[in-house]
Amino acid sequence: MRDRGAWPGIVVVVLLAVVFLILPHVYGNQSLLFQMMTFVVLTQGLNLLYGFTGYLPFGYVGFFGAGAYATSLLVLHTDLPVIACVIGGGIGSIVIAIILGPLLRLSGAYFSIANLAASQIMFFVVSNGNLSKITGGPYGLKIDRVYAPEASYLTMLAILLLATGLAAYFRASRFGLGLRAMTQDPVSAAMAGIDVVRQRVLVWLASAGIAGLAGGTYAWNLSVFYPDAVFTLQISVFAIVFALFGGVGTVIGPIIGAASLYLLYNGIGISFPQGFELLYGALIVLLVLFLPNGVSSLLTRRGVRVF
Amino acid sequence: MSSEPLLRLDGVGKAFGGNIVLNRLSFSVEPGEIVGLVGPNGSGKTTAINLISGVHRADAGTIRFQGRPVQGLAPFRLAHLGINRTFQVPKPFREMGVRENIEVAAHFGGARGMDADAVLAEIDLAGHAAIMAGGLTVNQQKMLDLGRALATDPKLLLIDEIGAGLNPSELGAIANLLQRLAQRGIALIVVEHLLDFLNRITNRVIVLGAGRMLFEGTLKAASENPDVVAAFIGG
Ligand SMILES: Nc1ncnc2c1ncn2[C@@H]1O[C@H](COP(=O)(O)OP(=O)(O)OP(=O)(O)O)[C@@H](O)[C@H]1O
Ligand SMILES: [Mg+2]
Repeated sequence: MRDRGAWPGIVVVVLLAVVFLILPHVYGNQSLLFQMMTFVVLTQGLNLLYGFTGYLPFGYVGFFGAGAYATSLLVLHTDLPVIACVIGGGIGSIVIAIILGPLLRLSGAYFSIANLAASQIMFFVVSNGNLSKITGGPYGLKIDRVYAPEASYLTMLAILLLATGLAAYFRASRFGLGLRAMTQDPVSAAMAGIDVVRQRVLVWLASAGIAGLAGGTYAWNLSVFYPDAVFTLQISVFAIVFALFGGVGTVIGPIIGAASLYLLYNGIGISFPQGFELLYGALIVLLVLFLPNGVSSLLTRRGVRVF
Repeated sequence: MSSEPLLRLDGVGKAFGGNIVLNRLSFSVEPGEIVGLVGPNGSGKTTAINLISGVHRADAGTIRFQGRPVQGLAPFRLAHLGINRTFQVPKPFREMGVRENIEVAAHFGGARGMDADAVLAEIDLAGHAAIMAGGLTVNQQKMLDLGRALATDPKLLLIDEIGAGLNPSELGAIANLLQRLAQRGIALIVVEHLLDFLNRITNRVIVLGAGRMLFEGTLKAASENPDVVAAFIGG
């Protein structure tokens, strides 16, 4: 650990824990809080990869969906405790990420598009009617015998803390210093002795694992879901916009971006979805043009070092 | 210790597409030695450095470092073994501090005891330690490349045109630095167009012309060799 060491990360993790433990007692709609947490987790998970390696996974939702299905299948076909099934969802996504590992050889937009295609392929496979016996095909899966809103809420919180802890580690550790060097110049990073491929793959697996855990917990919380609910591209788009809005490569940027825009979405988006999509489209254009490093860069420009 | 040289190339070749850029390059380098690598533009000097440092992979021949074949190893492994380099167009981590640039290499380069301040003093950037590397001049960035390489505690340094664009007194300082490094036992391969500069630090040069090795020997003898003269004048 360098600079201020582990402290900023610990502070952020503790704050998040306190806030999301108290909120359900202040604000009754726990399902909305759960949804919001899910998006904060996905935004942070996407930030792990995009913010710290520069690879933008358009198909990030694929890992979420894979986690949801892996967890549900474990619940349906084994006697494992639900938590173990959720962990199995994370592992399932990591396995998919290992299979998709060669995508990391592509650069820029090629990586993003190939990853998007991969997530679409997963969607078509699981929603295919011929696989109804296993995946439920277009009707999805039902695991209502383990329905437990409280426990799944706490599990999602634990995943949020894990994702945030990882981001803090990437931000403050020597490993993270290596990541920063790699994104700026991979050739020089290699000559500085950094195992660029290994570091990149580790971050990719961590990012996928977070989405898988989140997907598993999301499935558990819903307990009945259609394939589109966990594979819709909208999830990727939201995570990307939220992350860009808050500021990638930081720890708190994605949290702030996801929490604020998700609330906005809930306020006006659900009653007026087209207007909301328009707003998001405009937001992306404005961000790219004027605030490529997100709202947290407003502070950075004033000399505040955003963690 | 075996009698193997520190670095030995045997029949090394490289082509890009159909374009043969290096053809049967063979030479060796001993510890503490400075070897000049010269040749007209496009003759393959940078490519030779890229092959030795693992940035590109040789199509033919063998490259041995301390007696073991190293072609095909990833650059970071070569860095750990003790091969490092600078770049003709410098490649610092632009949005990191000058000191951080050195620290990265000190930490990951397999020489964790390396003192970043000592390296900064050596490359004359101690006064700029806190600024972003992107804010340095091009020549300072080349020195930072050298500092990053030094922070990995190299046994072999490949220096690609570090003198271009410098005034005589700056050149003198760099010549002194490179000689000090050689005295410590580091072997150096120095690519340079400035022959006076090379003449100060070495009397052994390898001359490339269109990817072939035209000559190996003293700079003075090179300047009298008809092949070399033809390559430089006739192209
Ligand atoms: N990555 C590459 N892809 C294709 N061709 C390349 C590549 N790198 C070098 N070449 C070609 O190989 C030849 C030798 O290039 P190289 O950079 O090694 O020459 P050089 O001797 O360093 O020249 P200079 O003095 O101009 O730096 C040139 O014709 C160049 O165009
Ligand atoms: Mg060159």
